[in-house]
Amino acid sequence: MSGSALVEIQGLSKRFVKTLDLAGKLANKLGSSIREETVHALDGVDMTVAKGEVVGLVGESGCGKSTLGRIVAGILAPSEGRILYDGRDVAALAPAEAKAVALKAQMIFQDPFASLNPRMRVRDIVGEAPLVHGLVTRGELESYVDEVLLRCGLDTSFKRRYPHQFSGGQRQRIGIARALAVRPDFIVCDEAVAALDVSIQAQILNLFIKLREELGLTYLFISHDLGVVEHISDRVYIMYLGRIVEMAVTEDLFAAPNHPYTKALLREVPRLETRHSDFLPVEGEIPSPLDPPRGCHFHPRCPHATRRCGEEAPTLREISPGRQSACHLNDGV
Amino acid sequence: MGTDAPALKVENLETHFFTKAGVVKAVDGVGFSVERAQILGLVGESGSGKSVTGFSILGLVDPPGRVVGGRIEFMGEDIANADEARMQSLRGNRIAMIFQDPMMTLNPVLRIETQMVETVLAHRKVDRAAARARARDALGQVGIPSPDERLAAYPHQFSGGMRQRVAIAIALLNDPDLIIADEPTTALDVTIQAQILHEAQKLCRERGTAMIWITHDLTVIAGLADKVSVMYAGRIVEAGAIDDVLDHPVHPYTKGLIGSVPSRNKRGAPLYQIPGMTPALLNLAPGCAFRERCPRAAPACLEQPAPSEPVPGRSVRCFRPYVEAAS
Repeated sequence: MSGSALVEIQGLSKRFVKTLDLAGKLANKLGSSIREETVHALDGVDMTVAKGEVVGLVGESGCGKSTLGRIVAGILAPSEGRILYDGRDVAALAPAEAKAVALKAQMIFQDPFASLNPRMRVRDIVGEAPLVHGLVTRGELESYVDEVLLRCGLDTSFKRRYPHQFSGGQRQRIGIARALAVRPDFIVCDEAVAALDVSIQAQILNLFIKLREELGLTYLFISHDLGVVEHISDRVYIMYLGRIVEMAVTEDLFAAPNHPYTKALLREVPRLETRHSDFLPVEGEIPSPLDPPRGCHFHPRCPHATRRCGEEAPTLREISPGRQSACHLNDGV
Repeated sequence: MGTDAPALKVENLETHFFTKAGVVKAVDGVGFSVERAQILGLVGESGSGKSVTGFSILGLVDPPGRVVGGRIEFMGEDIANADEARMQSLRGNRIAMIFQDPMMTLNPVLRIETQMVETVLAHRKVDRAAARARARDALGQVGIPSPDERLAAYPHQFSGGMRQRVAIAIALLNDPDLIIADEPTTALDVTIQAQILHEAQKLCRERGTAMIWITHDLTVIAGLADKVSVMYAGRIVEAGAIDDVLDHPVHPYTKGLIGSVPSRNKRGAPLYQIPGMTPALLNLAPGCAFRERCPRAAPACLEQPAPSEPVPGRSVRCFRPYVEAAS
């Protein structure tokens, strides 16, 4: 798989440090011991995305999935680890190459209200980047923007309008058009359909599938919604508190989850087919990433936790072909 | 109060908003009933009028909105025309509401204890200590660990899921007969959502509380509700038992909505798309509001369809429902 990997992430970590303010520094001078707060958003994440593949990344709020998406899309810099794009280390590229690679990875955001500049017309939102990066000349721009808008299912007669004149679903289409306008290979969708009504969500999901077929796109599809991820992804990563806990081909994962967290998550997904269910939830909440539990991050909530789970963090390893899981239970302990 | 009267019966409810641009019929002839210990799912997309329906029942519609018609019977009593004093004695007491954003219920500058004790004392003649004990029990009931200590906390010291539990605990304080829950789990994670749904279900089963669960999410309703009413553009277009409606939808909108939910047997295939979008309710043209998006629209649809019962136990507003001629 690594031969055809478009994006490969190795040992990626991201820490956000809240540095001490003046009062804190003064207090420390006077003898108190206030520490800087560090959030371990990502903790040694490995991931590969093959060309043309749709990879789902699932986790609950605060697990670091959006941080991972932003790093992969080049918006944030990692604290540790490497990102290989087409086999080349992104951090080691010459500036011109780095810029070309950055253009090839684009991102689509959750909130179609916050991610579009309210003071720009649709034509400029979609047309600005390709013009700046010299993908089209000013003369070709009009027809190029028309082409991108049509591809995303937008009426070209609307291109002189501002974002507030559109509905949520149409705005999300504008966001998609903006990402597509620079001819990317790889698109990170961060909760791209979470804010939309069900019938509009279906329209946008269908658009993603159509664009993938037409343009040969590769997606990293980040979502908390397992139903959506199951629908669109070829392979799924499950994340918990900064670590990948399980990875498998979509059918296998949903048919037989291995990690206790994945099991809990799948059991609790509301489905149309599940009627009059007895909700038997997993206890507790996601611990704060400021102070994650020792050992396996899931052990305080895990019904099968042993002493080892509280002491030693399990590594993500292959437990059967094409499936990785990070759980001590797989060692038969 | 008759034991056979449903907990809530709404007939022909009309809530209109009188704006400068014209009249918005946010709720236009809505009717349903909820029995004790029953959960009714009220499903619709944004702007369908489902939340305004909830607010109308509680008498919480602000100007320029007004309930202009219909009957609301709560435990056999007509409360559509009740005065404000009567409504105040019901709200937070016999009828409680849970909002999507718990911070709508909670005051950020008061301790949880202050807010909960106040709610008890507003409706019960008990002393502070008894009110506090009731508050502690309610917190324990919704699964908040060490409720005695948590009573002293402020809302910002709770996580989102915990805050929603506190909001539910406040709704429970006076042991209401009816709870109206407006998208209470929409902002929560899957595992936390399951915990909240578990509490709601327990409440209904153990205490016989009736519940209206307002949501856009059919999958939540599928697991939770006993019956469902689907709203579109201010009207209920289809209503019936949950299994019947989800397995054999009859209204084209319900069918489209169910088809557009990603589910196991449709993996990778294109989802059903309802063309177009929800119409604006301002000066809505007469006739069926769904006809512009409907695959079965016919000239008859230029008139407003009245509720009919094309299959037993199902109420549908449609001239051309999906019913096989044989059945």
